[in-house]
Amino acid sequence: MAAVSLKVNGHVHTVDADPQTPLLYVLSDDLQLRGPKFGCGLGQCGTCTVIIDGRAVRSCVTPVSTVQQQEITTLEGLGTPEKPHAIQQAFMDEGAAQCGFCLSGVMLTAKALLDENPHAPDEQIQKTMSNVLCRCFAHTRMMRAIKRYQRSRA
Amino acid sequence: MKNELSRRDFVKTSGALVVCFSATSLMEPFATAQGPFDTHPSHIDPEKLDSWLAVAPDGTVTAYTGKCDFGQGMLTVQTQLVAEELRVPVNRVNVIQCDTSVTPDQGTTSGSQSTPTNFNNRNLAQAAATARDALLGMAAQKLGVPADQLTVKDGLVSAKNGRQISYGELIGGKHFDVPVSTTTKRRSPSEWTVLGKPVPSMDRVALMTGAFEFVHNVHVPGMVHGRVVRPPEIGAAVASVDEKSVQHIPGLIKVVVRKNFVGVVADKQWQAAQAAQHLKVAWTPGPGLLPQKNFHDYLRKQPSRDVMLINSNDVDGKLKSASRVLKATYLYPYQAHGSIGSSCAVADVRADHATIWSPTQSVYPTQHGISALTGVPPDKVQVIFVRGSGCYGLNAADTVSYDAALLSQAVHRPVRVQLTRQDEFISENYGAACLIEQQAALDANGAIGVWSCETWAASLGGRPGYEKPGNVITGMLAGFEPEAITPQKAAEPTGELRNGSNAVPSYVVGCINGECGGAGSIRGERVLTHAVKSPFFTGPLRSPLRLQNTFAHECFMDEISASAGADPVAYRLQHLRETRIIDVVKAAAKAANWNSRPSPQRDTPRTGAAPGRGIACVAYEGDNGYAALVAEVEVDQATGRILAKRFIVAHDCGPISNPDGLRNQIEGGVLQGMSRTLGETITWDDHKVTSIDWRTYHTLPLGIEVPVIETVLIDRPTARASGAGETAITLVAAAIGNAIFDATGARVREVPFTPDRVKEALSARAGER
Repeated sequence: MAAVSLKVNGHVHTVDADPQTPLLYVLSDDLQLRGPKFGCGLGQCGTCTVIIDGRAVRSCVTPVSTVQQQEITTLEGLGTPEKPHAIQQAFMDEGAAQCGFCLSGVMLTAKALLDENPHAPDEQIQKTMSNVLCRCFAHTRMMRAIKRYQRSRA
Repeated sequence: MKNELSRRDFVKTSGALVVCFSATSLMEPFATAQGPFDTHPSHIDPEKLDSWLAVAPDGTVTAYTGKCDFGQGMLTVQTQLVAEELRVPVNRVNVIQCDTSVTPDQGTTSGSQSTPTNFNNRNLAQAAATARDALLGMAAQKLGVPADQLTVKDGLVSAKNGRQISYGELIGGKHFDVPVSTTTKRRSPSEWTVLGKPVPSMDRVALMTGAFEFVHNVHVPGMVHGRVVRPPEIGAAVASVDEKSVQHIPGLIKVVVRKNFVGVVADKQWQAAQAAQHLKVAWTPGPGLLPQKNFHDYLRKQPSRDVMLINSNDVDGKLKSASRVLKATYLYPYQAHGSIGSSCAVADVRADHATIWSPTQSVYPTQHGISALTGVPPDKVQVIFVRGSGCYGLNAADTVSYDAALLSQAVHRPVRVQLTRQDEFISENYGAACLIEQQAALDANGAIGVWSCETWAASLGGRPGYEKPGNVITGMLAGFEPEAITPQKAAEPTGELRNGSNAVPSYVVGCINGECGGAGSIRGERVLTHAVKSPFFTGPLRSPLRLQNTFAHECFMDEISASAGADPVAYRLQHLRETRIIDVVKAAAKAANWNSRPSPQRDTPRTGAAPGRGIACVAYEGDNGYAALVAEVEVDQATGRILAKRFIVAHDCGPISNPDGLRNQIEGGVLQGMSRTLGETITWDDHKVTSIDWRTYHTLPLGIEVPVIETVLIDRPTARASGAGETAITLVAAAIGNAIFDATGARVREVPFTPDRVKEALSARAGER
């Protein structure tokens, strides 16, 4: 165990953790954040996604010690229920969820892509989202919400 | 905002008083008679209005339901229902879902039964209507005006003379102390202002902003973390456990072994994960598994529990004398629920009481299962539903609740158990593998004179219910037996036609002793089903058996139609007599601009991309919702890949509670059905399941070329409210299979339609070489 310092959603936290601990466990257990979730623990589905220095990262396979100096953003770091972020608003407007468990991965993966490349063509959006799973298959609405977000920032 | 928060948050922040008031004051000793929900006696008497509804002094309405929301929208529509009947805004209604301390025992939230149960003239709907009339009665007394001259808006009762009184003033914080009326009138759909409208889902803001509490987010003071160690092979048993192998892991609290159940508990989740990974367990080998390749033959040869659902007793003779007989065999694989979040639960089991935070569909049955496992009396076990990730049936939600209870009991502390992805894939009750044999005979003028169907379905365990914790893997590992299949010959059918599994095709008359409950007109009919012992646990997976059977019926109907040289839509209509299924077939065909002609298309080239269309329809469970689906696909004849371009669904579930929620269910059902049709199958080798993660179990990701989905909703305000979550998915495999045939003349009779299987079918086309 060691003291690990993390900058999450603009706040610095220090927790006592094995440096090899997946970032996800620190976020969800120690910091009690609800955005990133355990889906597969293998980096295959996306539900644990966070944004680190602008990139979508799978926190379930990222040792906590490797991200100590970086800006980590989770789903709750985007906006609040009172003042949602534009991508959160786009998903609300499209009613783009069923159970909602995958949303963190869906929204943060799309946001990281469109922040870096606001005019990403559909093929690139599709390619990026090919690593993200939703088992309720709310695909139609989610892809529509992503396009809505893209239009809103154009 | 209250409605945006989860129930636990709500209880914590604002609702505790109302909740406690209703919970404690209604607590009574367990009744001894059978409960009125065909379930189990419970301490919360569903015949009392107070069991369903409470109004706080500020006018907030709290409703208690035994039907919970896994993402299918039950929270929102039940909120609409209560708001509609009581004439209050939706944001003044809080629905408390599935908690054995406060909600009535409504059994399991499953089988597309929540809407039929709570939206017709009983249960929650009738309770809300009773409450409104009771409140109007009280207002009439207070205001000195007859009740029928009062109006209500936003929970405020007004008389023509201008006097007003609010619900909060009338009853706030007090019991109604009246029974749920069986005669109080529901508001008519023509008056609806909240029901029937596309109210956005109540949980969306919390979901989108990460504020929503899933069971994975439950934190209880003093909580520690558990993981399980499952047998590596089917049927393996614990020989020995080397506890020393994990003594070096910091934070380890205990290694727990109970018969063949093995788990670890540690302070932190990562420590528990490490301990589970490193724990040395010697397992005896399992008995081995049959080769997957021959599995369906095995099914046919096993002793089985047989049921004859329908038998006109003239089938063999008619088949023998018919000039044209068609036969086909359809195969369906085991499939996983594959919830995106591996299952999780939290349990706090003490000597004399237990609390379980569980994603189960069945809080009361789980209460009894936990009691059997821990020895804590059932009335001292509180099971609180907290949403997990979408389940689509019996995923590992119940089993992980048992895991958490066993581990918590061993360490006398609250324990959270998170299954790994591999645990989830080998712990759940798969959707059943099936073999379905069809035979039909055409009469002289090309109509179907006989339809005979024989099905074999693999079965082991299932929902634990109140009595059978061995029906899921943890119960079995801990020493309880799964429900056995006792071989049994079929008796001749009696009573009403039972078509809950859609084993009876829509096209037969379905006559038993002169009473004909089928949707069709074919008089020569026989349906015989066999349940066969499965090597793997099985259980309900969205549209259980109904999807498998409908796949076989609707593809076979297409084969017969092609053989008769008829258009598949016209030929279906020719053999249907139930109006509601006829209407959805017509509506789907119309919306799809269906071109009336026989399948397959003529003169399509046998190379390159071939477009085709197919139709399928169902009367779900015989009478619980009606749908027809047209699929338009393109078959790449070089690779065998199927590209679905467009789906058109016509849907009738009676009065529509929320058209947007309904569309969401239909869209998701269609795409989930497409994923199951094109790629999903459990695989195994000679000892173990080998589809254990998202590389080995193939689901369609978000980045696919998403097909266009069009929905035609047929609203029937005066009909009985019926289910809607499983209708569309039931049709997808058949509609795609029929579209492949239409495009290419190749018939694929085994799901999933992998490129290899499609290529095989393409090669098998007549004249192909």
